[in-house]
Amino acid sequence: MFFLILITLIAIMVSFLADRQKTYKGLIKGMRMFLNILPVLLNMLVFVSILLYLVPNELIIRWLGKGSGFYGITIAALLGSISMIPGFIAFPLAGILRKGGVSYEVLAVFITTLMMVGVLTLPLESKYFGIKAALLRNGLSLAGAVIIGILIGLFM
Amino acid sequence: MKIIISKIFLGEYFVVVLFGLLLLFSRCFHFSFGSVAAKNFWLFFTEMIAFLPFMFLLIGIIDVWFPKEKVERHIGPESGIKGIFWVIILAMLQAGPLYGAFPVAYILWKKSCSIKNIFIYLGAFSTLKIPMLAFEIGFLGLKFSILRTLFTLPVFIVIGYLMEYYLKNRQFKINNP
Repeated sequence: MFFLILITLIAIMVSFLADRQKTYKGLIKGMRMFLNILPVLLNMLVFVSILLYLVPNELIIRWLGKGSGFYGITIAALLGSISMIPGFIAFPLAGILRKGGVSYEVLAVFITTLMMVGVLTLPLESKYFGIKAALLRNGLSLAGAVIIGILIGLFM
Repeated sequence: MKIIISKIFLGEYFVVVLFGLLLLFSRCFHFSFGSVAAKNFWLFFTEMIAFLPFMFLLIGIIDVWFPKEKVERHIGPESGIKGIFWVIILAMLQAGPLYGAFPVAYILWKKSCSIKNIFIYLGAFSTLKIPMLAFEIGFLGLKFSILRTLFTLPVFIVIGYLMEYYLKNRQFKINNP
């Protein structure tokens, strides 16, 4: 975390020395993105706070924690495939879930399916690529996400 | 300030306001909900507010210094390692959800990019965008991010090859609906 702040400060300084105008433009752009995402982020925090209050910790660990194996991966893949959560929200959420006892393996499957598999956007995707190609891409991505999750589980 | 106030009344912060009222209410009547949920929320909130602005500033700076147009010039029918390299770099500089990449896939198709590289682009777009990587490192750690990137890279390159293998002789085309 500290590392990222440091990189940001160095990047801003270097950028400022190189081109003041460009730096202002970038900073304003970044700030605007932050203010745009803020309400969505706060809503997510509210929901997760309530959810973690309602769902006992042991239950989360049993179903999604280390050693949850097949069930954990299946739940993560299902949730990741059907939901549409932007990355700016998904990663903070994943960070909280990690602290709540959800394993890296499960998080990797959830994040990868979230990003690569889109059941809700399948009709739109079919319009671009045709139904066959869209189904194939989503299917292969789902399989890939499970493989990535298992590998993460072996190495983390 | 004006924007924030108008947003509260327009409802974007409605849930947060409601949550605050609920906490106040349950504190008055000593429900356990108040203390536990409030503690959760405050813990998450303070942790994020400390460095989230920095991440967005970094993303803004990256955005102005790495113009996508310069990379786009390198994209073409080239389908060897070099072609793969440039579509991945182009994808990493993007932002937004996957469905935002479909119109770009159409443009790549028009530029006679190979089927393989178009699907590699989609794979890299969904999993390796630089803004997302910054978030991933911040919230799940550098080790997780590096490992996931290492495992994901070959996976979507293989997907690209498989898609091309399957679609090559089936009159595949990308439409612009």
